[in-house]
Amino acid sequence: MRMLPLGAADRAAMLATIGAQAIDDLFVDVPAEAVLHGPIPGLPLHASERAVERHMAALSAQNLTAEQAPFFCGAGAYRHHIPASVDHLIQRGEFLTAYTPYQPEIAQGTLQVLFEFQTQVARLFGCDVANASLYDGSTACWEAIAMATRVTRRNRAVLSGGLHPHYAETAATMARFAGDDLCMLPTRAEADSDDAAVIAAIDGQTAAVVVQYPDVMGRIPDLAAIAAAAHAQGALLIAVVTEPVALGLIESPGALGADVVVGEGQALGVGLQFGGPYLGLFACSEKFLRQMPGRLCGETVDADGKRGFVLTLSTREQHIRREKATSNICTNSGLCALAFSIHLSLLGGSGLERMASISHSRAVATARALGAVAGVSVINHTWFNEFALRLPRPAADVVEALAARGILGGVPLSRLCPDRADLADVLLIAATECTDMHDIAALAAALGEVLA
Amino acid sequence: MNDINTAGWRPSLGTIDGAALPDTVTGNRALDLQEPLLFEIGHADRSGVDFDDVEPDVLPTLPRRAARVDLPGLSEPECVRHYTRLSRQNYAIDLGLFPLGSCTMKHNPRLNEKVARMPGFAAVHPLQPQSSVRGALTVIAELADWLVRLTGMAAVAMSPKAGAHGELCGLMAIHAALDARGEGDTRRVILVPESAHGTNPATAAFAGFAVAGIPAGPDGRIDLAALLARLGSDVAGVMITNPNTCGLFERDIKTIADAVHAAGGYVYCDGANFNAIVGRVRPGDLGIDAMHINLHKTFSTPHGGGGPGSGPVVLSAALADYAPRPHVVGDETGVRLVEAAADLPQAFGRMCAFHGQMGMFTRALAYILTHGADGLRQVSDDAVLNANYVLASLRDVLDAPFAGSGPCMHEALFSDHGFAEGFSTLDLAKGLIDEGFHPMTVYFPLVVHGAMLIEPTETESRAALDQFLGAMRSLAVRARAGDPALRAAPRHAPRRRLDETLAARKPRLVWRG
Repeated sequence: MRMLPLGAADRAAMLATIGAQAIDDLFVDVPAEAVLHGPIPGLPLHASERAVERHMAALSAQNLTAEQAPFFCGAGAYRHHIPASVDHLIQRGEFLTAYTPYQPEIAQGTLQVLFEFQTQVARLFGCDVANASLYDGSTACWEAIAMATRVTRRNRAVLSGGLHPHYAETAATMARFAGDDLCMLPTRAEADSDDAAVIAAIDGQTAAVVVQYPDVMGRIPDLAAIAAAAHAQGALLIAVVTEPVALGLIESPGALGADVVVGEGQALGVGLQFGGPYLGLFACSEKFLRQMPGRLCGETVDADGKRGFVLTLSTREQHIRREKATSNICTNSGLCALAFSIHLSLLGGSGLERMASISHSRAVATARALGAVAGVSVINHTWFNEFALRLPRPAADVVEALAARGILGGVPLSRLCPDRADLADVLLIAATECTDMHDIAALAAALGEVLA
Repeated sequence: MNDINTAGWRPSLGTIDGAALPDTVTGNRALDLQEPLLFEIGHADRSGVDFDDVEPDVLPTLPRRAARVDLPGLSEPECVRHYTRLSRQNYAIDLGLFPLGSCTMKHNPRLNEKVARMPGFAAVHPLQPQSSVRGALTVIAELADWLVRLTGMAAVAMSPKAGAHGELCGLMAIHAALDARGEGDTRRVILVPESAHGTNPATAAFAGFAVAGIPAGPDGRIDLAALLARLGSDVAGVMITNPNTCGLFERDIKTIADAVHAAGGYVYCDGANFNAIVGRVRPGDLGIDAMHINLHKTFSTPHGGGGPGSGPVVLSAALADYAPRPHVVGDETGVRLVEAAADLPQAFGRMCAFHGQMGMFTRALAYILTHGADGLRQVSDDAVLNANYVLASLRDVLDAPFAGSGPCMHEALFSDHGFAEGFSTLDLAKGLIDEGFHPMTVYFPLVVHGAMLIEPTETESRAALDQFLGAMRSLAVRARAGDPALRAAPRHAPRRRLDETLAARKPRLVWRG
């Protein structure tokens, strides 16, 4: 078997060194009734590289990809062009096959990348500090709520109806077991975000206010107004960014008063990947440093006085604090953080602005074209690269009909809110710099046919 | 004045006595290249990405930012060099043996990377219509089926994003099952052995439980009598790592599981060490109710410098219905994703957005298909054989606290007992760096003083192990003899020992120029 270097002679010699007669002697502690005397029946045996590749390629071929189809899906996962050098660099074995940098003397590559990543995220979000990443945007959102409850010693959080429903469900699941009280505002298909409802829900027991920016329908809440209302009650504002490219054009949440900014980094460097692995971003004010979840990389010096980097402030973490830790998280999303950081290094501030500007322009063109289809209206007052349409028919049926025509025509809001019949006619449409005018024309024409 | 040099030696370089290497102008030494920070080499107006020539059309209603984000950019050649140079300051499995105990640093097959990048997996959106992603859903269903059969369990929750996330999923399923029995408020205690990974007690706390410790016996296993004595109507369950963090199989696991079930509790197993038994023992046959599987350990998805991981959780029949949304369901009508709460009334909720770590599923499935049922069994055989070879080969020079009680599983545990005064496990670990190896896990588990936990995995050949053992024997002798040079190690790494106290006392987490 090609992955296993030991041969029969090696195994025999090693057993002799150990003083065992047979490999079974090494498993003597397994209860007799649980011992299997051969490969588990009914499962295939080992296969050649070519056979495995063919099997997987056949499964891959059954999917309609963003490369094949005019593509308009968003709702928390965005298709942007990833420069070829990103994937090349993350596949270097020294990055790909290293582990958490427990031995900093031989992990300066990973550690310097994490330090640069933390700096990039902090600047992008307009915050003092950032961590070395979390699993994804939805879990980062919950970790921010949990941190806010520790910081404020309150246990109530107000969640905007514009928060991605999967994020809200994740938070509700965690809150159920943590004993926290969530005030979850309903998703509303209106032209503007629910800022007034959010502000009205904040009270003196509120630890955190959670607002997505832009929100799940692409609307752009007035974070400064919500921050002022939250701070007046002693609550923290947590801003959630699921499309970080937007910050190439609109203001960073930290600059608008958000105390914690979390997000999904997938849009830069990571790719769609059917939903994971993605990249949780977490940034906040420096005063919460010792309450932050997840790994942190810090600068220091070595015994010769040379600059170097280490994992730091680990007294917050589970391997030291055990049941009193700030989080149970052990790993971060290292390789995705690397991909994000490389992509952002290639873009720079000017490239990010350009990418954002083109994405926005394509979304504007898409909205114009689709808004002209009979029976279709654009719900949003404004948007970055994603907006909501109201259709004359259930959006899920329309999306299926578009897929049958080879077009991936957005995400029906009912996919995220299956229990809300009143939202069945809402379709979320996203565009990026990858969307071209032919794609837009194809979607507009197909939508017209499907609705005719 | 030197004589004419007929031997080719260049006296102008001075004498070469090996004591000190001359400084260089750049600070580099041939292939040892220093690399500044991105912020020291990048420029705000430089970019390594060209875009189509599009005239921007910005909505007048869009609230624009005041100034461009302050981020340096690099041209493509600068970028490739920056990260390539940084990569060379990392140790990695691709470079050599990486015996980090409990982390299962095995070879990452490159076919898996190729498969994960197939467009039908890499370029599909999680919320595309299900009819357009049948193949992707089939990957999840096939992997789920393998995991269920390899563990002898009833079901699997695929969405948890890492081992610790899987732990949380398993304990929440237990909590939900207790709630359904009306005992959620009374059974509030999870028993956790002292030797457990730190994630276990942290997870129990986040899942809403109190934690009670269970001591280890003198043989490195759970103190059975202490555990049995603690069971009662307030106990929700136990979290056990098996094989445990001392590298030993918990012989009493079946007795423990039966007693916990009889007392009304559930058994969670930390599956971090599944590589020792995959294909040989099914946790379902041991009475386990829930266990996470680290796909990045047992099934070789790359560790990536610290993630992403993936932690599906296999569940017994008693817990299966409480698995979080979404479920991937396969039947005669095909494979489909069930997401709505109304369709899964007992599901305890949702762990994360979307459906889990698809990029890890494709890699893990390719690994499993490559090995098959026979190859996976050979994996655990070889992993356990290699660890016992390490244990047998070092026992005369290093203290192995539990070696007297029989074979180890996939990792061998040693202590610093017998080292010279002032010499520690850390010194030996740093000495290994100079010998060209990544150190083992150190100071864990906590139940052994100066612990060194060595997990070679099945990836290592006998020759690679023998080279490592030679280095280990030499270092053990030096630590026992008190060789002062060992305390200065590493000397050959890109950095010498780093000041971690300074990093924590004056945290600098971002570059400020």
